[in-house]
Amino acid sequence: MMPHAQKAAIFNKDEARTDWHDASLWMVRKKRDFAVSEIPEWEFLREFASDIKMHTLSKLDDYLESFEKAAIQNGAIVHWAADAKEHNDIVLSILNKHQAKKMVKSKSMLTEECHLNEFLEHHNIEVIDSDLGERIIQMLNEPPSHIVLPAIHLKKEEIGELFHRELHTEKGATDPQYLTEAARHHLREKFHTAQVALTGVNFGIAETGEIVVCTNEGNADMGVHLTPVQIHSMGIEKLIPRRSDLAVFTRLLARSATGQPVTVFTSHHRNPKPAGEMHIILVDNGRTEQLGKPDFRSSLKCIRCGACMNTCPIYRRSGGHSYETTIPGPIGSILTPGIDLKKHGQLPFASTLCGSCTDVCPVKIDIHTQLYKWRQIVSEAGLPEGGNKTMMSIMGSGLASPSFFHRLGNIGRKLLRLFPGKERFLSFTVWTKDRDLPKAPVESFREWYVKQTKDGQ
Amino acid sequence: MKVGLFIPCYMDQFYPQAAIATYKLLVKLGCDVAYPEGQTCCGQPLANAGNEAASRGSYLHFVTMFEKYDYIVAPSGSCVYHVRHHFDTLEQTEAVKKVRAKTLDLTEFLLDVLQISSLPAKYPHKVGLHQSCHGLRGLHLGTSSELVNKPLASKLHELLSMVEGLTLVELDRKDECCGFGGTFSVKEPDISVKMGKDRIRDHFSKGAEVITAGDMSCLMHLEGIISRQNIPIKVIHIAEILNTYEI
Repeated sequence: MMPHAQKAAIFNKDEARTDWHDASLWMVRKKRDFAVSEIPEWEFLREFASDIKMHTLSKLDDYLESFEKAAIQNGAIVHWAADAKEHNDIVLSILNKHQAKKMVKSKSMLTEECHLNEFLEHHNIEVIDSDLGERIIQMLNEPPSHIVLPAIHLKKEEIGELFHRELHTEKGATDPQYLTEAARHHLREKFHTAQVALTGVNFGIAETGEIVVCTNEGNADMGVHLTPVQIHSMGIEKLIPRRSDLAVFTRLLARSATGQPVTVFTSHHRNPKPAGEMHIILVDNGRTEQLGKPDFRSSLKCIRCGACMNTCPIYRRSGGHSYETTIPGPIGSILTPGIDLKKHGQLPFASTLCGSCTDVCPVKIDIHTQLYKWRQIVSEAGLPEGGNKTMMSIMGSGLASPSFFHRLGNIGRKLLRLFPGKERFLSFTVWTKDRDLPKAPVESFREWYVKQTKDGQ
Repeated sequence: MKVGLFIPCYMDQFYPQAAIATYKLLVKLGCDVAYPEGQTCCGQPLANAGNEAASRGSYLHFVTMFEKYDYIVAPSGSCVYHVRHHFDTLEQTEAVKKVRAKTLDLTEFLLDVLQISSLPAKYPHKVGLHQSCHGLRGLHLGTSSELVNKPLASKLHELLSMVEGLTLVELDRKDECCGFGGTFSVKEPDISVKMGKDRIRDHFSKGAEVITAGDMSCLMHLEGIISRQNIPIKVIHIAEILNTYEI
C-alpha cells in the first residue's frame, strides 16, 4: 500500500486541481456554517446527541434485543452478521431464495465496507447503485472518495465524458441538469426491472423496530417501493432508543453534511409490503471490538455526516482516495486502525491535530484526541510510522537532561550560522525541499537571559 | 506572585527575540519573572510522534523545574496545551496537578490573571492574525469558526485591539491550520507546504504586511515558505507586538 504522504504528493502535483477540490469542499463547510448558525441551541443539540449515543452504546446489547423483538413483531426478518462475509452470504441467500439476478442499492457505506458489490457480481448478480454519485463511480469502477459526496473528486466535464461513453449523452455536454436527467432515465429502467432493493440505514429505532433512511434523491424509496423484497443493512451502532430521539439527529445530520436543514427524504421503514419481505441485517464487523476499547469507544457515535472530511485541511488537499479506506478522512483514521493496525496505522499521522474535526462533529467525537492516542498504539506496536523506538527513547532521555539538551541546541544553531541559506547538506531535506530554515541568531534566549541577570546583579 | 517563564526549546535557539519580548513584557507589567535555566522541553515533539512513553522523563523534569512557581507562562499555546492536556498520563501528584493547572499561555495570563485592559503598545501596520490551532481549539483562547457561539472573538483579538495603529485584516479563512503540525511537517511535507502557501496567500491578498500568532512554530513554518518564495510579508510573534513600548 502506498503511504498516504506519497498519494497526497501525487494529488498535489496538479495544484489547480487541488485548489478546486479544496474550494469545493470548503464551500460545503461554509454552507454548513451558515445552516448551523441559524440554530441558537446548536451546541446543546451536539451535547444531547452525544449523550444519547453514549447511553445507547453503554446498553447496546439490550437495545439490540429490543430492536429485534419489535422488528419481528412488525413482520420483518432480522439477521445477525458477525462480519462482512456473513453479511454478504445473508444478502446472497435472500437473492437466491427469490431467484433474483438484479438488485438496486441505495447508498450504504456498510456495504462498501463489506465489499458487497464485488461479492455479488462474482455470483452473477447485477448490482445497480442508485445514488447518482455512487452510480457515477460504479461506472468508473472506483471507490467513493467521500461518504456523503462519493464523486466529489470528479469534475462535471469528466462526468459528461463518462455519460457520453456509457449513456450516449451528447459529446462535450457538461450541463448538470442535462446529465442528471440522463442518469434519471437510465436509473428508472433499472428500478423497474430490479427484483430486490437494498438500502443502508441511518438510524434504527429500538423502541419501534423501524429503520430510518435519509436521502436527497429518493432513490432508496424508489427501490423499496418498486420491489417486493427489501433488505436493510445496518451497522449495530446505528441504534437510538426512541423515535423521539430521532428529532435531535435529523436536525444535526443534514446541516452538518451539506448545510441543508433536513434531507429531502427521511423515510421510516417499518413493515414489509403486502406479500413482500422486509429483511434487516444487523452487522458487527469489528464494531464490538471498537466498543471494547475505552479510548476509542466514542468513535461509534458517528452518524456519517462527512463534516470532518469537509473541514479537514488535509482531506481537502489530498482527496478521499489517498486514505485507501472505505471511510476516509479524520473519522476513518480513527475507525480503521482498529480493524487493521498494520495497514491503516499510518493514517493517524495524516493530521496536524488541528482539532477542526472535533469542533465540527455533530456528535462531539474527540477525533483529534483519538488520532493522538492511535499514534501511541502504532508506536507501541513497533510499526515504522511510530519511529525507531531506541532512537526515540534516546531522544527522550536527552530531552530530560538539561546539559545534553542545551549542548545539542547550541550546536544546531551554530551549525546553521556557519552555513546560512544552504542547509540542505544538513539532511533536513524534507523540511528544506520547499521551505527555508529559520535564520540562526547569535545568541539563544538562555544566553541572553544569563547575561541579563548577571548584569542586573 | 512568582512567574516561571517557560520558553519552548526551538524558540530559545531560533527566536530569542520573541522570548525576550515575552520576558520584558511580563517584567514591565510588574511580574516577578524567573527563567529556570535547567528547563528543557515539554515533550510534545516525541509524544505527537507517538512516543509518549519516551517523553515521560521530560514531563517529570518539567514538573520539577516549575512546581515552585505560582504561574508558569509560555508564549506558546501549543506547548501549554501539551502540559495541561497530555500530562494526564503522569501520576497525578499535587505537584503535577498544580503545574498542569497553573501553566498558561501568555495571552490568557495577561487577560485572565493580570486582567490588563490596556497597553501602551504601538504597531502601525496591517496585520493578519493566524489563530494557532492548539491555542484556539485546545486552550479555547477563542471560539473556533466551527462552534456556534458568538461573538467569534479571541484573546489574541482582544490584546491586539489594545495596540495603537494596528489594523487587522479580514481573512477568508479565519482559523484554518497552517500545516505545520510538528511531525506532520516532515511526514507529509507536500500537504504541509501547500497548507502554508494557502494561508500566506490569504493574508497577503488582504494586504497584510505582517502575520502574527501566539505560536512561533506556525510562524517558523510560514516564514520558511515566505523566505523560499520571496513573498514580501513578515512574521512576528504576538509578544513582540505587545511589547512595543518602553516605560
